[in-house]
Amino acid sequence: MQLVLEKRVERSGTIALVSPLIAIGLTILTMVILFAILGKNPLLALHAYFIAPLTDGYSLLEIAVKATPLVMIAIGLSLCYLANAWNIGAEGQFLIGAVAGSWIAVKTQGTDAGAWVLPAMFVLAAAAGALYALIPAICKVKFGASEILTSLMLVYVADLFLDYLVRGPWRDPQGFNFPTTAEFDPVATVPLLIEGGRLHLGSIIALLVVAAAAILLGRTIKGFEIRVVGAAPRAARFGGFNANQLIILTFAVSGALAGLAGIIEVAGPIGHLQPGISPGYGFTAIIVAFLGRLNPVGILIAGLFLALTFIGGEQAQIAMKIPLDVTKIFQGILLFYVLACDSLILYRFKLVFPNREVTRGAG
Amino acid sequence: MLDPTPNGQHSGDSPLLRTSGLTKRYGDFLANDSIDIDIWPSEIHALLGENGAGKSTLVKAIYGLIQPSAGEIRWQGQRIVLSGPSEARCLGIGMVFQHFSLFDNLTVAENVALGLDGKESFKDMSARLEQVSKTYGLPLDPRREVWQLSVGERQRIEIVRALMQDPKFLILDEPTAVLTPQEADQLFIVLERLKAEGRAILYISHKLEEVKRLCDTATILRGGRKVETCNPRRETAASLARMMVGGEIKEVKAASGRKTTVPRLVVDDLSLPPADAHGVRLEHISFELKGGEILGIAGVAGNGQDELFAALSGERLSKDPGTVVIEGIAAGHLSITQRRRLGAAFVPEERLGHGTAPRMKLSENALLTGHAASGMVRRGFIDTAATLKAVDRATETFDVRKAKRDPEAASLSGGNLQKFIVGREILRSPAVLVVSQPTWGVDAGAAAVIRQALLDLAAAGAAVLVTSQDLDELAEIADRIAVMFHGKLSAPLAASDASREKLGLLMGGSSLEPEEIAHAAGA
Repeated sequence: MQLVLEKRVERSGTIALVSPLIAIGLTILTMVILFAILGKNPLLALHAYFIAPLTDGYSLLEIAVKATPLVMIAIGLSLCYLANAWNIGAEGQFLIGAVAGSWIAVKTQGTDAGAWVLPAMFVLAAAAGALYALIPAICKVKFGASEILTSLMLVYVADLFLDYLVRGPWRDPQGFNFPTTAEFDPVATVPLLIEGGRLHLGSIIALLVVAAAAILLGRTIKGFEIRVVGAAPRAARFGGFNANQLIILTFAVSGALAGLAGIIEVAGPIGHLQPGISPGYGFTAIIVAFLGRLNPVGILIAGLFLALTFIGGEQAQIAMKIPLDVTKIFQGILLFYVLACDSLILYRFKLVFPNREVTRGAG
Repeated sequence: MLDPTPNGQHSGDSPLLRTSGLTKRYGDFLANDSIDIDIWPSEIHALLGENGAGKSTLVKAIYGLIQPSAGEIRWQGQRIVLSGPSEARCLGIGMVFQHFSLFDNLTVAENVALGLDGKESFKDMSARLEQVSKTYGLPLDPRREVWQLSVGERQRIEIVRALMQDPKFLILDEPTAVLTPQEADQLFIVLERLKAEGRAILYISHKLEEVKRLCDTATILRGGRKVETCNPRRETAASLARMMVGGEIKEVKAASGRKTTVPRLVVDDLSLPPADAHGVRLEHISFELKGGEILGIAGVAGNGQDELFAALSGERLSKDPGTVVIEGIAAGHLSITQRRRLGAAFVPEERLGHGTAPRMKLSENALLTGHAASGMVRRGFIDTAATLKAVDRATETFDVRKAKRDPEAASLSGGNLQKFIVGREILRSPAVLVVSQPTWGVDAGAAAVIRQALLDLAAAGAAVLVTSQDLDELAEIADRIAVMFHGKLSAPLAASDASREKLGLLMGGSSLEPEEIAHAAGA
């Protein structure tokens, strides 16, 4: 008996939906084994990870707060990936957006600047994220440099730049030498949606981004262009679509969204600029994009799910002393299984029973 | 090498390979319905049938790619069940597919090595490759990368790869679909030689004259069933076609009184450097194509036809706008979308991946070229109903057979997908149609539909440029025929004046004098 992969005539729509669920199932199975090896009760650990956060209101709100940047970044990344442009540097674009937006907040601190401050911060952050993403895109188009490497390397540049600013020129003079800016003024802060939590306006913006992406990809010629260029580059050229233009466009859009997510995070839940504003949102968003099948609604669901693992990870650390790094392992394993299960969309498993009567070689 | 069967054909009482009652069911659909076929040593056995008749299913079962639902396969009298092609190869069954399975970025030798079991060293294997290719007159340079090779050369790799396993039985799927008469003749010599060595060959083809000339036996399939096994030499092409189609094939006929009108496509001294190091340089190409006229371009694959297509379609732009003039407007610098808006339409050679995005639906593939000028897009938004309507119209007008209303392009058979692509372009009523290899690997029925459509389009006043390696096809539909060789285009000959010999000479580059071309073009 032999297990073989057989190519399907047509892409299976059912599996396209089920495949992420299979991946999640396999990931949980692997985690159970991992917990057992760590000497923790797997059932309790799973409960802490996936059930406990869903049982109290505060955690539910926190999931939405965490999902906001993940979803916004992942939507942008999905456009890149659909167009075969591999932006791995969303983390850097997130940080640069946060820095650029914070510049306005820092410069207007203590002045009587009005309601224009927050929108201006948003616009500047998006523009900075887009420009930062354009560096690898232009290097790719003009010189053929691998956008995967250049966009990834720029993450560290952004990280160190932010570090320099908050330890140097922008450090809060009254901050007891902590590397942080002063708390932003109210006009430079993202308003809360509900009193008593951290849920903020950014979540609404993320939902609007999801809706816009769904319309773009499903209904417009631009979205079609993005999908064809990625799926069949030569056919796309025959259709009159320019792949290089789309690399520039999708990188700019995803950089803008990452930058916007960055300033929303800083001006929202955090309230000031400091190192470590992101627990790796830009990287986790890659998993969100693929887990969500590069589909806007899928990404929304996947973003909420991965946010759950962040919150669950914290709870598991508090309740069971499971290291927080296990969350990262979880996310890595998840991406691995998601990509593996994707092959089931084009292929299916088949059992083959070879017959013993088979004559081998020349008779 | 094999010993030739001592007592000639049909020696002994058991054939080399026999299928009895072979049946393959996909759901409710019977792709093969109890097929009996006997293959004897030293026999070239034709397998004939329209697209969807079950030829591919049958050979896939014989080659171990799929498992039959019922019935059995016997190899030299013994029942076999193949778990995969490698087991078939072990027995001595080889196959050359119509769609090559080669890695473009690997060399010839590397590709061959991947298809073998890999017991011998790469060096030995390369040496054997050169030796086999020399023995059978199939010249190949093992060190060249596949992407640099023409279709004909790629096919040679597949044949040599199969021969290196010393098969007793070789299956060839439409091998001459991509060859010139001369190349096909060379292939027939190779096949005759394999037959003389005692090997059996199962030969899938649509070219009936060729089958009559080459094959000892023909098995005809229709709708998944065997219609007949006969001696093709005792049949006429028409009687074979009748058995295949189950009725008369529609004759392709040109409308009488077709009038040529104004020039609609003019190419004036078009020269283009090669796109990559191994491409072909287009040199001083000039011709004029009037409305109501079909110009055929013959030539061996890889002589600049692809480059010419790219230059005409606008996939590659020319610095001088005046080199390509569409409907009186200099278009050399215009994009493919802008050229479509001028009334031009294009059908490339590759159906999957160039003419269509394989994993996208037909409606999306209608949009692929229709977005330029078909009212499918309004203010950036797609009119899905309009794209579906385009699919329905192409389906109806060109008899595209498919499982559902809007399937993925890759799920259609070659002939049906080609009918869809040609239909998609023709239904936009273009003023100029540039089509490359319109019936490449397409069955007789679909080919007739497509050729008729091209004739009708010309009759309606459009200018049609057909690039084809099938000289019969060009003779059937073209008014004038020019030949491409090494990036140069000969002066067009009137179709009535273009004998196979003359064209064959031009295809070999014999009488091509640059002055002559320039003179003819300037005229």
